[in-house]
Amino acid sequence: MSGDKLHLDHQHLLRLLAQMVRIRVFERRCAELYQREKIRGFLHLYDGEEAIAVGVMATLAPQDAVIATYREHGQAIARGVPMNRLMAELYGKVEGCCRGRGGSMHFFDRALRFIGGNAIVGGGLPLAVGTALGDTMQGRDAVSACFFGEGAVDEGEFHESLNLAALWRLPVLFVCENNLYSMGTALAHAESVTDIHAKAASYGVASEAVDGNDVIAVELAARRAVAALRAGGGPQFLECRTYRTRAHSMFDAQLYRDKAEVEAWKQRSPILRFQSWLENSHLAFDDEVARLEADAEAEVTAAIEFAEAGHLEALEDLERFVVMDEVPA
Amino acid sequence: MTTMTYREACKQAIRAALQADPRVFMMGEDIAAYGGCYAVSKGLCAEFGAERIRDTPLSESAFVGAGIGAAMAGMRPIVEIMTVNFSLLALDQIMNNAATIPHMSGGQFAVPLVIRMATGAGRQLAAQHSHSLEGWYAHIPGLRILAPATVEDARHMLAPALADPNPVLLFEHVMLYNVEGDVDEHLEGVDITHARIRRPGNDVTVITYGGSLPRALAAAETLASDGISAEVIDLRVLRPLDMGTVAASVARTHRCVIVDEGWKSGSLAAEVCARLVESVFYELDAPIARVCAAEVPMPYAAHLEQAALPNAERIVAAVRQVVRPA
Repeated sequence: MSGDKLHLDHQHLLRLLAQMVRIRVFERRCAELYQREKIRGFLHLYDGEEAIAVGVMATLAPQDAVIATYREHGQAIARGVPMNRLMAELYGKVEGCCRGRGGSMHFFDRALRFIGGNAIVGGGLPLAVGTALGDTMQGRDAVSACFFGEGAVDEGEFHESLNLAALWRLPVLFVCENNLYSMGTALAHAESVTDIHAKAASYGVASEAVDGNDVIAVELAARRAVAALRAGGGPQFLECRTYRTRAHSMFDAQLYRDKAEVEAWKQRSPILRFQSWLENSHLAFDDEVARLEADAEAEVTAAIEFAEAGHLEALEDLERFVVMDEVPA
Repeated sequence: MTTMTYREACKQAIRAALQADPRVFMMGEDIAAYGGCYAVSKGLCAEFGAERIRDTPLSESAFVGAGIGAAMAGMRPIVEIMTVNFSLLALDQIMNNAATIPHMSGGQFAVPLVIRMATGAGRQLAAQHSHSLEGWYAHIPGLRILAPATVEDARHMLAPALADPNPVLLFEHVMLYNVEGDVDEHLEGVDITHARIRRPGNDVTVITYGGSLPRALAAAETLASDGISAEVIDLRVLRPLDMGTVAASVARTHRCVIVDEGWKSGSLAAEVCARLVESVFYELDAPIARVCAAEVPMPYAAHLEQAALPNAERIVAAVRQVVRPA
């Protein structure tokens, strides 16, 4: 679905739910596979934040660029990167989306203009300014959607990038996933002013705060912002207020927050809320929800089988792609 | 052949690139209205417009990162950083994005970006404008590091750098901008993979690059009058190093002095030295010597600054020690 109008038709609503469920199921299985040591390295799960990626991606067109974070499984799935290739990447297999060189924090997909998977907090913002600049200079009708957490607001690159995008009126959609904790540091312990969308506004960037656990609210806000970008309105900023209901990574004992707080946010889970609303409004039926859940389970199971059956990159290719022979077409 | 300054050669290289390819544009601090802090881009904004000659805010990380993003979106940006010390503010983008994304993405993305910057001491600009940090950058896989030491290289290295699908860093030594030299305007670029012998000789190999090349050549002239024939090699490409040319020379002369304006500890000179030890150890008739900057933040006072830098006298002394130990 494209254009600047949100269509609350049955099919679209089910699609939004299905996308969130696909992410949730994929990551639940990832956590299990991590315990079984099938997946190694850092694993940052998106549990509780699914509405943001799903709501924003629903508004983007194929020619748009997406610059992601290191908690980007959901962003990649919502953008359409095949689960097989993601799971194979987590397994470190050559069939993975980066041939096993990136892992959980560095998913890339050139065909979808999915430009990482960036594990330097704030490091993706200048890139998004650049893709928007490059697209604009070549006359492309494309926007660059840049995801980052509220921790990125601490970084100088956040401020430099917002200023530059606003100064040059570049079509960047800045999407702040404010989950209240940068790793274990609460927002109020890191920022003197905690109203992030106001900081963006101070650079002359059109800025809005939205309930990041409400997929419809996110999509509506993103749709308005993308329409403004395509109309030449300069950069747009969405602060999506949300919460990470799992640990920061697989090594996090969560000493910095109360269990009660986590439980309260679990009750506000974007999937739970949206599914309840759909069912209460008679917009989705039990069997439809059960089917999309079963489909997600089957898709992830197939992805795991694909990854298990995958191959390891040949050791003689260790240094391949360090120096490129050509710019990929 | 045309005679021009190194500064003019840098400018003509940029002009030619802008004329040749609409994807090429340039951005950096004070390059348009001001004309560039070393006047390299003076007049280019009037000729090519503010769309292609872009003044940026003092945001090294953002505009270098924007260069990377624009390169990934199909452009061929030239990013100017005023001086190498300021490039540290963009080191995250250079190291964590430009140099890593091609490999980290499994070869899906290349970063065809050129970053130019001034390097080196000699203008009494003290400890935050005068260092030679190109050796640090030469540590990083995925980057090509160029150090044009001649007017011809200043004029002709840019075109092949822009044609390279990988990020290329060009280091222009501040003491070279006013140097004059001959240029063949009709060349279509020069080789950016090989070192070059700038003065042939038989008794000792002096290996250097960038702003130290004129000093090494002056030293070789002095040594010649003393009956010592020094071969001077200009590395030109600091990464990947052309050790073939260097090792072949040392295997002939059996003696070697490395001149590098960087600090000696962990320097490019250390890397060249180590590789020679690995490859031609048994050809050596004397220990390898190094002439590097004193290990101090560069001081302001002229006599202190000069005392901290390699110069012809120190190179001559080092060569004499290697050739005819006292």
